[in-house]
Amino acid sequence: MNLNFVLQSLLNGLLIGGVYSLIAIGLTLIFGVMKVINFAHGAVMMLGMYCTYWLFVFLKVNPYLSILLVIPILFIIGAAFQNFLINPIIKAPEHNQLFLTLGVSLFLQNTAVFLWSPDYRVLKTHYANITYYIGDISISLSHLLAFGLAVLFAAILYMILTRTDLGRAIRAASEEPQGAMLMGINIKRIYWISFGIGSACAGVSGAAITTFFPIYPYVGDIFVLTAYVVVVLGGLGSVLGAFVGGLIIGVADSIGAMFLPGAMKSILSFIIFILILLFKPTGLFGR
Amino acid sequence: MSQPTLATSYLKRGLSRQTWIITGIILVLLHLLPWAIPQIVHIVIMIYLFATMGQAWNVLGGYTGQFSFGHSLFFGLGAYVSTLLYLKLGITPWIGILISSLSGIALGLFIGALSFRYGLKGPFFALIMLAFAEIFHMITMGWNAVGGSPGLLIPLKGNAPHLMQFTSKQPFYYMALWMMVGSLYLVWRLEKTRTGLYFLSVREDHDAAEALGVDTFKVQMIAMAISAGLTAMIGTIYAQYLLFIDPDSTFGILNSVEIMVRPIIGGPGTVLGPLLGSVVLTPLAEITRLAFQSYSGVYLMWYGMILVIVIMFLPHGLMGMIRQIIDKYRKG
Repeated sequence: MNLNFVLQSLLNGLLIGGVYSLIAIGLTLIFGVMKVINFAHGAVMMLGMYCTYWLFVFLKVNPYLSILLVIPILFIIGAAFQNFLINPIIKAPEHNQLFLTLGVSLFLQNTAVFLWSPDYRVLKTHYANITYYIGDISISLSHLLAFGLAVLFAAILYMILTRTDLGRAIRAASEEPQGAMLMGINIKRIYWISFGIGSACAGVSGAAITTFFPIYPYVGDIFVLTAYVVVVLGGLGSVLGAFVGGLIIGVADSIGAMFLPGAMKSILSFIIFILILLFKPTGLFGR
Repeated sequence: MSQPTLATSYLKRGLSRQTWIITGIILVLLHLLPWAIPQIVHIVIMIYLFATMGQAWNVLGGYTGQFSFGHSLFFGLGAYVSTLLYLKLGITPWIGILISSLSGIALGLFIGALSFRYGLKGPFFALIMLAFAEIFHMITMGWNAVGGSPGLLIPLKGNAPHLMQFTSKQPFYYMALWMMVGSLYLVWRLEKTRTGLYFLSVREDHDAAEALGVDTFKVQMIAMAISAGLTAMIGTIYAQYLLFIDPDSTFGILNSVEIMVRPIIGGPGTVLGPLLGSVVLTPLAEITRLAFQSYSGVYLMWYGMILVIVIMFLPHGLMGMIRQIIDKYRKG
């Protein structure tokens, strides 16, 4: 195991970590505002991937350009999900909301199996094989673009949350819903907007990886499991935590892959997950 | 004769003679079923196995309020422990099932000791169970000594009762039936014992129960042990029934979903809920599996839809609905 190999896998881990970050930011935003762990987040991400795929196959839309369409589509799906399914039972015990998102996840994933078959699909583009070299270390363009897009959207979201009235309202609603309501914030509106934004984050992450990751109905499971790890590591509800956590877990996975067989590479991140849950459930950046 | 207090009359558990007779008749009929309709024996075995696991999940999730999203952990452990003991050491699965159950209890108590000590509950407990199941999933996938991703095949020895192998399905039918009836009886009795009430107190209000002197840690550990041990036993029976196990079908996330979805739909925290859920969902799964061979996930689409509808409109599951109808009938 030479230095180049180590640097190479750390870099790959960091790049995919950026994608984990964006998925986790969507999840943490939804949790922060509604205190619901969205088990359908992976299914929503899968929808984003299929959106990009079908736009590419039928309309020849560039996969990166299609993100501009994926955002509004997934925003509407997320907002509708919140408005029509979660909102009616928002007062029910929290486990009912967990089960509901689980049901929606099962439904979406297996409807995708029914409509589009469980086969792996690959979106072939000519730039999927472009790689750059720095010394002996290779950087694939598609990984780099996915990382860049994830960081860009995370930054935009951070700006929205910190610099705009909507963002302030969202943060107020997640910190002190009662107080926010008394200050004249329409909590119900904030709920569906946050759910929409969170789902759009998952959709964008999905779309950004279609050029180098196979597309199939259960693809979201892999990413969303990692996203739970990231969210808990960063502190549930903390956007900054989710971002840093994503990078850490990406690197931890690549370290795991250096020492363990392929199927076991995520063991390290799951052990981190369990330790964080036990000893510091508020996470690195949680309050 | 002393006047029964509120507590003793509540703790008494009994059924009217009429109900006992009906239950007895149903039991006799169920014993005759493999001769009457041999075509459906497989589906009914699956109904019993999932009803029993649903009951196990129900003890921890429905009664004690700790929702496990990773019960496939105990199922897989049970399947792997007995199978490995047989394949590597030649130990008969009859002893294997006991060791499976004990290791399930041990692992359950370990996870319980970690999580309940730190007051983990709600989504956090769900996630930690999911994480443990996923770790075992990854280990069995990557470690070739335990079969790796292709899984383990138990060599067929013909009709070998001492190895828990039978050429006909009927012995499994009776094993599954008795496990199901046994778990049903256990939970029915448990519901009205002091421990059963402690379970409910933890579910309803953990802090209040603690304040009133309930040892919530111990109570949750008991629920965990019952739940884990029972699920692991079913894991062994399942492995012996199919003679094949692999990481996805045992430790996979979907299997956890399969285990929990029946009690949730049937009515969590009720004695008959898991059985009712299994009676409704298992045939649905088995029949659609036959009808759409290559699209074998389609039944999960129905699960998802039923789950959403039940959560939105029947918060107490199918049992809640039945109870409502009975109440209405009695009043009207």
